[in-house]
Amino acid sequence: MTDPVQTPALRGRRILIAKPGLDGHDVGAKIIALALRDAGAEVIYTGLRKSPDHIARVAVEEGVDAVGLSVLSGSHRELVANTLDCLRQAGASGVQVFVGGTIPVDDFEFLRGLGVRGIYTSAMPLDEVVASVAQTLAETAA
Amino acid sequence: MSAPISQQRPATGAGEGAPKPPKPASSAGIPIPVVATAGMLRGAPLEAPGTYPYTRGIFPDGYSGRLWTFRQYSGFGTAEESNQRYRFLLDQGQTGLSVALDLPTQCGYDPVDPMARPEVGKVGVSLSTLADAEVLFDGIDLTRISTSFTINGTAAIIYAMYLAVADKHGVPREKLTGTIQNDILKEYVARGTWIFPVQPSMRLIADSILYSNDVTPRFNPISIAGAHVRDAGATAVEEIGYTLANGLAYVEDLRRRGGDVEKFGRRLSFFFYVHMDFFDEVCKFRAARRVWARLMRERYGVQDPRAQHFRFGVVCGGSSLVAAQPYNNIMRVTIETMAAVMGGAQSIFTCAYDEPFQIPTEFSAELALRTQQIIGYESGIAKTVDPLGGSYFVEQHTDRMEEAILKVMQEIDDHGGVIKAIEDGWLQRRIAERARERKLKVDRAETIVVGQNAFRRAEQSEEFGEVFRLDPQASNRVIERYEDVKARRNHAGVERTLERLQQAAAKDDENLMPYLVDCCHAYATVGEMVQRLKTLWGEFQEPVRL
Repeated sequence: MTDPVQTPALRGRRILIAKPGLDGHDVGAKIIALALRDAGAEVIYTGLRKSPDHIARVAVEEGVDAVGLSVLSGSHRELVANTLDCLRQAGASGVQVFVGGTIPVDDFEFLRGLGVRGIYTSAMPLDEVVASVAQTLAETAA
Repeated sequence: MSAPISQQRPATGAGEGAPKPPKPASSAGIPIPVVATAGMLRGAPLEAPGTYPYTRGIFPDGYSGRLWTFRQYSGFGTAEESNQRYRFLLDQGQTGLSVALDLPTQCGYDPVDPMARPEVGKVGVSLSTLADAEVLFDGIDLTRISTSFTINGTAAIIYAMYLAVADKHGVPREKLTGTIQNDILKEYVARGTWIFPVQPSMRLIADSILYSNDVTPRFNPISIAGAHVRDAGATAVEEIGYTLANGLAYVEDLRRRGGDVEKFGRRLSFFFYVHMDFFDEVCKFRAARRVWARLMRERYGVQDPRAQHFRFGVVCGGSSLVAAQPYNNIMRVTIETMAAVMGGAQSIFTCAYDEPFQIPTEFSAELALRTQQIIGYESGIAKTVDPLGGSYFVEQHTDRMEEAILKVMQEIDDHGGVIKAIEDGWLQRRIAERARERKLKVDRAETIVVGQNAFRRAEQSEEFGEVFRLDPQASNRVIERYEDVKARRNHAGVERTLERLQQAAAKDDENLMPYLVDCCHAYATVGEMVQRLKTLWGEFQEPVRL
């Protein structure tokens, strides 16, 4: 493997990668988790089949800066909306939320409207995903 | 130091020149000779097709008696909508059904469960009680059409439901043909629809296989699948190696439970992906037939050729298809299907070009079916058995794939077997690493994906063709029928069958299949049956370690 590119904006930042709902496709989530970790972030991965409520609870307990939600089952609209609700209710509305998976372009606007900061599909190069997460976190740190 | 990000980016404009030719190794990492010669062969004369160890195929006459089964994976929303799609595909010349089930059905939740609600009817059809299955197979002749179910965690339950539908249709069970995937081991590694811990899951699988051997002798009660591990990241060699290792784990378990390998061995089947490296794909199947036959004969002393046969279905497409310039996917699937035929597949599912971003439309699903019909009926490649057999390169590549497959199986053995490798997460981590390698190769254009990382138009069109829209009311209709069935069924009868199921499950040597069939006939829900078993067995604890 090539050397990981350390991204200063990610050093010391805590990121939760989560699989909401029943979707069992975890490769994308794991790849992103590994890439963010190698770029300097502290990454926590939930494992499969977590409820929005559980994800919000972990996000608060772990004091994360960002949550990445991975959904490939077509249920992203409901699951992302529910998770954002749970985060708000848990008093964690400052946590940045990213979404990855099989997300039709038509749904991007809906998700951004909910407050999602970045949407990443499988065609996007990993370096770009990491850079985008880093930039968003750098902006919010300021 | 790694290169700056800007230099790692693949070429994106059409005018930037052709990409560098790939290094002479296959996508599975097997070295490729630029010129293959007779001197590269191992020397042993190749056996005839239909003779041990079946490198050239399990049948002496290949496809000349009968083409492979044209089996398109399909299902969404309600049973009514899926039934309509099935009838459409059968009218278009499809020869077998392949049922896609939604995630609640696959993971054992009723559609009203809060975990299930957002997923009802999304990636497949919802089957929560026999009432759904009755609608799904309405007007379909179960004696003539074989049905394959991609179902694992709840496979024994869905198989029981299929038997109950057949009973309702008045179809003798021994006439049923079809397949349940029923391969839980790979679910722990790649697909994620596990429910119970490994041991009770293995018991459900053994119960269903042994029961099926007697009651539905023409049915495949398991399809040991490498496809999902492959699509997740494994190479073609690892796909076969892990899958044959899983196959051996099932054989061992069935033998421990008193099964006769000469008998159950005849009904073991396999399922794989076909991706784009043509000769890797052809040769992995030739090698796998040989490895499996030898294992069955040499390790278990199997005499019946049918129990030595490596029978397999394939899916062409998956992660080899991309959303960028999606019509290109039709060409990819064409090449992959040709590889599947050259490799001797028993059934083929050709993915639709729009699969990377949506459930296929009727139009794209038909086009995918036509792709394999054109190969089967126009191209002529199925007329002679194993047409590539005897080629210096193909034989040498088959030999090398075989060596590499055996090495992968040895690594698993050295680790302590597949079950240990799954329970401690070794295999899962390995697949994740592979997936990242594959992704980085595409990101850096070391693996060329036309239209995505090479020959990309400066102004890529957002043209994705016809859009599939899932009826937003479908999940409500699923829940309406569920509620209706629950209100109308005989509650005491349901309770009685569920209680018997739980009692039987508490005894390790009782076959659970008859109890599950009774539960289905009583209109017990999938969620209720799973809940009874969870009470006894608990749930699989996923090893979460990156």
